[in-house]
Amino acid sequence: MNERSWTFWVGAAAVLGLALLAAFTVKNEYFFFAAYVVLQFVVLATAWNILGGYAGYVNFGTSAFFGVGAYIAVMMIKAVNAPLGLQILAAAAVGGVMGVSCGLLTLRLRGIFFSIATVAVAIILETVINNWRFVGGATGVQILRPPVMEPFDSYTKMIFVVAALLAILAVATARYIQTSWIGRGLRAIRDNEEAAECAGVPTLKLKLLACAVSGALMGAIGAPLAMYQSFVEPASAFNLNYSVSALAMPIIGGTSHWIGPVIGAVLLGSVQQIVTVTITSELNVMVVGVLLVVFVVGAPDGIVGLFNKYWKRRRGAGGKP
Amino acid sequence: MFSFDLLVDAVVFGLLLGCFYTAVSIGLSVSFGLLDVPHIAHPAFVVLGAYGTYLLGTWGLDPILSGLALMPLFFLFGILVYRFYYETFEKRGGEAGVRGLAFFFGVAFIVEVGLILAFGVDQRMVEANYIGKSVTIADMRIPLRLVVAFAMAIILTVLLTLYLSKTFTGRAIKAVAQDEPALRLMGANPVRIKQWAFGIATAVAALAGALLIIVGPVEPGMGRLYIGRTFCVVVLAGLGSMSGTLAAGIILGVSESIVLTLFGASWAPAVSFGLLLVMLGLRPQGLFGR
Repeated sequence: MNERSWTFWVGAAAVLGLALLAAFTVKNEYFFFAAYVVLQFVVLATAWNILGGYAGYVNFGTSAFFGVGAYIAVMMIKAVNAPLGLQILAAAAVGGVMGVSCGLLTLRLRGIFFSIATVAVAIILETVINNWRFVGGATGVQILRPPVMEPFDSYTKMIFVVAALLAILAVATARYIQTSWIGRGLRAIRDNEEAAECAGVPTLKLKLLACAVSGALMGAIGAPLAMYQSFVEPASAFNLNYSVSALAMPIIGGTSHWIGPVIGAVLLGSVQQIVTVTITSELNVMVVGVLLVVFVVGAPDGIVGLFNKYWKRRRGAGGKP
Repeated sequence: MFSFDLLVDAVVFGLLLGCFYTAVSIGLSVSFGLLDVPHIAHPAFVVLGAYGTYLLGTWGLDPILSGLALMPLFFLFGILVYRFYYETFEKRGGEAGVRGLAFFFGVAFIVEVGLILAFGVDQRMVEANYIGKSVTIADMRIPLRLVVAFAMAIILTVLLTLYLSKTFTGRAIKAVAQDEPALRLMGANPVRIKQWAFGIATAVAALAGALLIIVGPVEPGMGRLYIGRTFCVVVLAGLGSMSGTLAAGIILGVSESIVLTLFGASWAPAVSFGLLLVMLGLRPQGLFGR
């Protein structure tokens, strides 16, 4: 492990420590309720970025994976009353398989066709769930929360810590991919797929791998939704708002580095929470849309890009890029 | 349970519905099919046109006249949108794909939420003497509003086909789609032609919006569903073919109407997206592709 890895893992441990500390000291339940949403977006944005940021394949169907994760959890609860950990594992597995199969079907298509196909998957799955009585159909399904496990005194707090763990796992995965040969291959695909293929980069394999990892992470964070809301309905679990947020956050934060989606998610997620509470929930989608357009037009490399530019200017031409 | 009459009804209804889908998609057939602009905000613009028609309707203007009145405004709007898109993305080249997509996705959401903030999430509809009535042909009750949409769709398709094949500018638009560098070498300005074409596509979206609110009540979130329908039609048609768009619209309309009759309305959204997925998987160049 080199020096940078040490810094990263110490940082990750510190974040987890802070989350645990908060769970045992902060009394206000709403804090956890809001923080959970922000962490959920950290995972979604990071997962989106593995395929969208590194490989340049724009996924509009984040809500498909997220919603399937939530409904896998519902099925596991209804069928075998499985514990939360098992629900998350199953959701991740299904999300990964779904990623691969979507990839096989659509990755031959480039650009907008891939994106449209992912929207299609989201809407089709929503329609299927809408018509499936076992999981509640269009009206949704009520879930009874099991009694909370020992060290925690409320279920929201426990689920918040679970989300923190998932967020750290997602970011660590993204970071590993970015710094390894996988990330180099994906970047080569993004910059010029034909050239990469000619140079011997196994493009299809890499894209499928990215799809699988991205889908598994999105599915995994979908699973706790059932317990978090103790109520799941297709219209909210498959809401396209998740898709636009998962796409906007990395673009606003910066897609080339793993920290970009995290910055974007924490910033935008918090702003959304504040706007939802103080003004209306419609306006928070507006904020996301406007910021997305502003950044895509004005600062294509996101906050990370702006920061780098500023840093370069201060250090002169010799600074680190 | 299932009867032949029901099927005939479904097919006739689907035919009319399909022509309506053609009208909604034909603008996209120009902007995405011919110009290769990833215009995912097209359905949102159609819904915007529907709300414009609603606003004019509150002053007592007929929906179709309102749609026609909105066209010049939308034409200018389209020119501005394309100009902006060109200056910020196409001109710089490079990663325009990802960012262009994200841009139009963002624009679609801004339009949708803007409409929610302005009008609320309630459904809106317009009044006209042909809405709510129906004609009976051979024991079949056909809603007059669908017949209006049907007629307008046919007129639109014929006019656009004629425009693209007979007029000088129309041919220039086709030329841009076929070989842009060649056009540039001939001394023409492809950007100005594309700008014009995008303006036309957006103007057609305004009229399609008027048809949308004639056919049924409209709500801001409707654009999401029409992403599937419009792109399904355009991809099925093969990018940029106008008569293909009509055929594809009818295919979608009839399939949706049959599914509606057999399995119920709750399965309808899956039809267009499913057809689209199958098409993308099997034959991405479309049925009538260039």
